[in-house]
Amino acid sequence: MTAKVTVEDVGRVAELAHLELLPEETPRMVGDLNAILDYVAELNELDTTGVAPLAQVSELIAGHASELRQDMPLPSLDRTDVMPQAPESDQVFFKVPKVIER
Amino acid sequence: MPSEIKRAETFVEKPRTLAALRADITAGTVTATDLAAGYYDRIAAVNPRLNVYLSLSKDRAMEQAARVDALAAKGDPLPPLAGIPVGIKDVLVMRGAPATAGSKILEGYRPPYDATAVARLEAAGAVLLGKLNCDEFAMGSSNENSAYGPVRNPVDTERVPGGSSGGSAAAVAANMAVATLGTDTGGSIRQPASFCGVVGVLPTYGRVSRYGLIAFASSLDRIGPFAGNVRDAATLLGVIAGHDPKDATSSPAPVTDYAAESDKPVERLRIGVPAEYFAEGLDSEVRAAIEEGIDSLKAAGCTVKPVSLPHTKYAIPTYYLVATAEASANLARFDGVRYGYRSPQSDTLSAMYRHSRDEGFGAEVKRRILLGTYALSAGYYDAYYLKAQQVRRLLAEEFLRAFAEVDAIVTPTSPVPAFKLGEKTGDPLSMYLADIYTVTASLAGICGVTVPCGATAAGLPVGMQVLAAHLHEGTAFRVARAVEAAQS
Repeated sequence: MTAKVTVEDVGRVAELAHLELLPEETPRMVGDLNAILDYVAELNELDTTGVAPLAQVSELIAGHASELRQDMPLPSLDRTDVMPQAPESDQVFFKVPKVIER
Repeated sequence: MPSEIKRAETFVEKPRTLAALRADITAGTVTATDLAAGYYDRIAAVNPRLNVYLSLSKDRAMEQAARVDALAAKGDPLPPLAGIPVGIKDVLVMRGAPATAGSKILEGYRPPYDATAVARLEAAGAVLLGKLNCDEFAMGSSNENSAYGPVRNPVDTERVPGGSSGGSAAAVAANMAVATLGTDTGGSIRQPASFCGVVGVLPTYGRVSRYGLIAFASSLDRIGPFAGNVRDAATLLGVIAGHDPKDATSSPAPVTDYAAESDKPVERLRIGVPAEYFAEGLDSEVRAAIEEGIDSLKAAGCTVKPVSLPHTKYAIPTYYLVATAEASANLARFDGVRYGYRSPQSDTLSAMYRHSRDEGFGAEVKRRILLGTYALSAGYYDAYYLKAQQVRRLLAEEFLRAFAEVDAIVTPTSPVPAFKLGEKTGDPLSMYLADIYTVTASLAGICGVTVPCGATAAGLPVGMQVLAAHLHEGTAFRVARAVEAAQS
């Protein structure tokens, strides 16, 4: 957990996150991430063997819904309200640049 | 952007209470229309200096004010917030109004629906003045991460208002709204409320529907009110709280009359004081103010006793792993397809995603997306994300044990008073540490109220954080009322 983040690591993670970092942004991010990860390494001091992860606190709160709602189709937002917000659309579909070069 | 400010100015003005405004509107001595117009005048005069509002919703506000006036003229019973001018943090959506989340990537977006909390305020008669500045996607502790420029603290314009709900806190402190809504993921309501000298509420996780909130970290995000006094904040929470089928995590527990609960005496309540929140790093003037506040609770008949929260020091690392992991997933939706900004450099789909996100997001948002993506990536998941979730359980259980012994826990809200603009922007880690007393309750899902509790010699407000167990907001309000009463 004290892994040092490299320029290559930041490049790989940026690609996963669909971020195009500028060349001048990368060294700063490498430095910041290393500082933050060094700090969070404090968690290694704690023995968490057998501790169940807590992703969400609802299980701790009395009366919180423990079951999922029924899966029923309900009216959604009207397409005529939604589509005008898109950078490009034909009012029925969202338009995007070509996905595959031919 | 505010014009260049050469020296500190102050714009503090206390809003009138809900009770006083209600009496005037009911009696017809003040109309909702005049009240709203007066607030727009105040905003026009002060906003160029403070940069609190990002957009105004005048048409909708004046229509609502006219509806309230028509009701009052007929002598009909008025809803609880009739004619009360409120502001909304710009991460909550209002139908047809710009919703930027403080980011360039949402410039021009006008959502086609109302957030549940916003709709409930309006249904209760509130007049929605406009949208309030905040850190980009609620990520920040100083409001300096807004793509639309920082908010300035009305107490001292050379200082930050705190963040991320800096606009929501400053609006109440400068009387640019009677009350506001903000959001709190790691302290984003409580810390700015304490920096600006107003009351801020962190409701229990699930108490207020998140429908219509632009998500940052879904297991932590909460919506809560800011007001000039505790009772008004309690009234606001009563209006926005309650189950909503549109948020699967919203609590079905009944909503109690928080304002009435806040009226109850605090005699014999057991108040816990955790030593971990009074350790190294706490400003001596903040400590003195909080200790005086604790003395006033003793004087009011509370039993004060020490409680132990030994995992506190692990809360910041835990929080920044959990929150950034969730943020990296939530912010994947901003891709230039359905709303907001699309880069002109969009020759292919992949280039469109990358360039739209790179040009649309600010540095702190990118930093958190990268950290979260890293913590979730193959080979690191167990060491970072899973580990953080395990420690999160230890932190939450520690609070549950403490609340078996005490009714409320009191701490400073922030280790320091409002700092200067630019003081922490160069070092992200030092900015993260500003949240040291607030992230614990965020991770545990418990509720809390921050209430003004004295000031430093320089006149900077100090806030006391009153924490209570899940769904015990009424207790937190009661204790906060007692602290508030001792101030005057």
